[in-house]
Amino acid sequence: MIQALTFYVFAFFTVVSGALVISARNPVHSVLFLILAFFSSAGLFVLMGAEFLAMILVVVYVGAVAVLFLFVVMMLDINFVELRQGFLQYLPAGVMIGLVLLVELVVIVAGHAMAPEAGTTVAQPIPPVDEISNTQALGELFYTHYIYLFQAAGLILLVAMIGAIVLTHRKRDGVRKQRISDQINRRAEDSVEVVKVETGKGI
Amino acid sequence: MAEIPNIIPALPEMFLASVAMALLMLGVFHKTGGINDIKASRLISLLSIVALLLAVLLVSTLSGGRLPTFANMFVSDTFAVYCKILVLAGSALAIIISYGFLERHDMARFEYSILILFATLGMMMMISANDLISLYVGLELQSLSLYVIASFQRDDTRSTEAGLKYFVLGAVASGMLLYGSSLVYGFTGTTNFDQLANLFDAHHGETSIGVIFGIVFILAGLAFKVSAVPFHMWTPDVYEGAPTPVTAFFSVAPKIAAMALFIRVMVGPFGGLVGEWQQIVIFISMASMALGAFAAINQTNIKRLMAYSSIGHAGYALIGLAVGTEAGIQSVLIYLSIYLMMNIGVFTCILYMRRDGHMVENIKDLAGMNRTHPMLALALTILMFSMAGIPPFAGFFGKFYIFVSAIEAHLYTLAIFGVLSSVVAAFYYLRIVQLVYFEDLEEALDKSAAPELAIVLTGTGLFVAFFFVYPTPILSAAAAAAASLFAG
Repeated sequence: MIQALTFYVFAFFTVVSGALVISARNPVHSVLFLILAFFSSAGLFVLMGAEFLAMILVVVYVGAVAVLFLFVVMMLDINFVELRQGFLQYLPAGVMIGLVLLVELVVIVAGHAMAPEAGTTVAQPIPPVDEISNTQALGELFYTHYIYLFQAAGLILLVAMIGAIVLTHRKRDGVRKQRISDQINRRAEDSVEVVKVETGKGI
Repeated sequence: MAEIPNIIPALPEMFLASVAMALLMLGVFHKTGGINDIKASRLISLLSIVALLLAVLLVSTLSGGRLPTFANMFVSDTFAVYCKILVLAGSALAIIISYGFLERHDMARFEYSILILFATLGMMMMISANDLISLYVGLELQSLSLYVIASFQRDDTRSTEAGLKYFVLGAVASGMLLYGSSLVYGFTGTTNFDQLANLFDAHHGETSIGVIFGIVFILAGLAFKVSAVPFHMWTPDVYEGAPTPVTAFFSVAPKIAAMALFIRVMVGPFGGLVGEWQQIVIFISMASMALGAFAAINQTNIKRLMAYSSIGHAGYALIGLAVGTEAGIQSVLIYLSIYLMMNIGVFTCILYMRRDGHMVENIKDLAGMNRTHPMLALALTILMFSMAGIPPFAGFFGKFYIFVSAIEAHLYTLAIFGVLSSVVAAFYYLRIVQLVYFEDLEEALDKSAAPELAIVLTGTGLFVAFFFVYPTPILSAAAAAAASLFAG
């Protein structure tokens, strides 16, 4: 009973805030509704027993992605009213894309019903939830079974970082950088002068 | 409790990865700006060469049986050892010949050697891949490093253009490879090479259309990496635009690694489906040989000429794969070793082409070179004769073994086509010799004082000229490597 109630509450908030993301006039409000949608769907994940995914959703999407959106929306001066003007004009194309996505979803979901043997061919079957928590199952996949690929992916990211720095980092003249040693070595005698000022005359 | 994977088979890779990261730290903290940049770059180059040589030692200790590890995603066998030694040698030679070039062209930054080390690491991972995922990860590590190295001369428009072109087209190729892999996974349920091979053996070469589609896409991705027709379009532009030592590197190490990967994928997991892919490889091979022979004739830029020449060489090497037998693979491995030495030699000659302190790249600039640089002219002549496949130089033997293996497998059309196109290709190789010896000198090239170039050129020249005296070590090593691929 309580589980069903919680589900409906989370599901209601997810759908409503999802609708508000695209209908809100103020883009900042849109992003805030997006965050609410993320939180509600995290709640749905917890109900499904996927607690790791729920936490990742909150940490990564709410903590990083949505905040990034917020920064971008606040920093860029975009006239959203102007952007919305062609809305009706693009509606048919949008509906078409939506329909295609819907059909694809149905095919995926119905695929398991049409070919039940598809589930048996996967290389790594999903472990039962009551035997092993999904955090541990994911951890074993990442850090034990696929440790080689995990490390290799790390190296690829390192190369990407080196590449970005190599290709764009330049030494510029006229940039004033903080030089801590110079700051510490500076002495009061070199820079401060005590001047005797006669009363009423000024300097 | 999961058991800890056996790290011995992957020891050279782990060593190289740790060294690359340690050198990166060293370079970052050693660098203080100005003149020290050159110092740091020199130090890191030297240490990288030492690291690559140590990695050769480590790799050669692994020769022996087949050692799978990391949940069977990584495998070290004699084939891998042979190809890894070639790749490591190619990378070390590339760093040696770029040594002076980087300083003269104001691009002496220590990241160059580090990126080459990472690219080499990616190549070794490709060669040892035993799973579609580890194949892709290794390939991507290699490619990403290469994109950056291609545009390393970032103030030069041609170099940045080369990098960008390579990046965009390489991403398309990676996409095709991934699409093919996903199809193969979807229709077989596994990405592991051993399991795939067992699956296809169990069905006696009968398979669904989806798997065939997947193989075709994987073939397209791999053909891009070895720059075989019809996926060769990037090669001339990238080779021309990239800095010359980078082009030298591109034309050897990644080519060899990609060819090794091509062989491993086609012979290993898809070996049971030889009838399905053989005709595609035959077509790719013939088209590459023809394009390499005819398109190079009109070139005036020597780096573009070498690009078309390398497309042609990829075609010859693919003959051996199309044969699909142990003898065929052995001949490809011999061909690749000789190709490595020849190409590094020719690019060292190109690095000598300087006039008033600038690089010149036109073939006409070589005219009458023997009056001023007799030794360089001699070396270039030997290398060009070898490229054209004229006995007794090494290039002849490379082609000889390939054609013999094709004839033994009754692929007469392919062998005859190969011989004919190598006759056409001989035209432009020999034209360079004619220019060097029989044309009037217009303007002399600079006298170069780069000891590292002289050493590399002497070494490769002697190897190419006297390969026929004692070819046994390479022949037997290649035979053992090819045998290990068919043992399992």
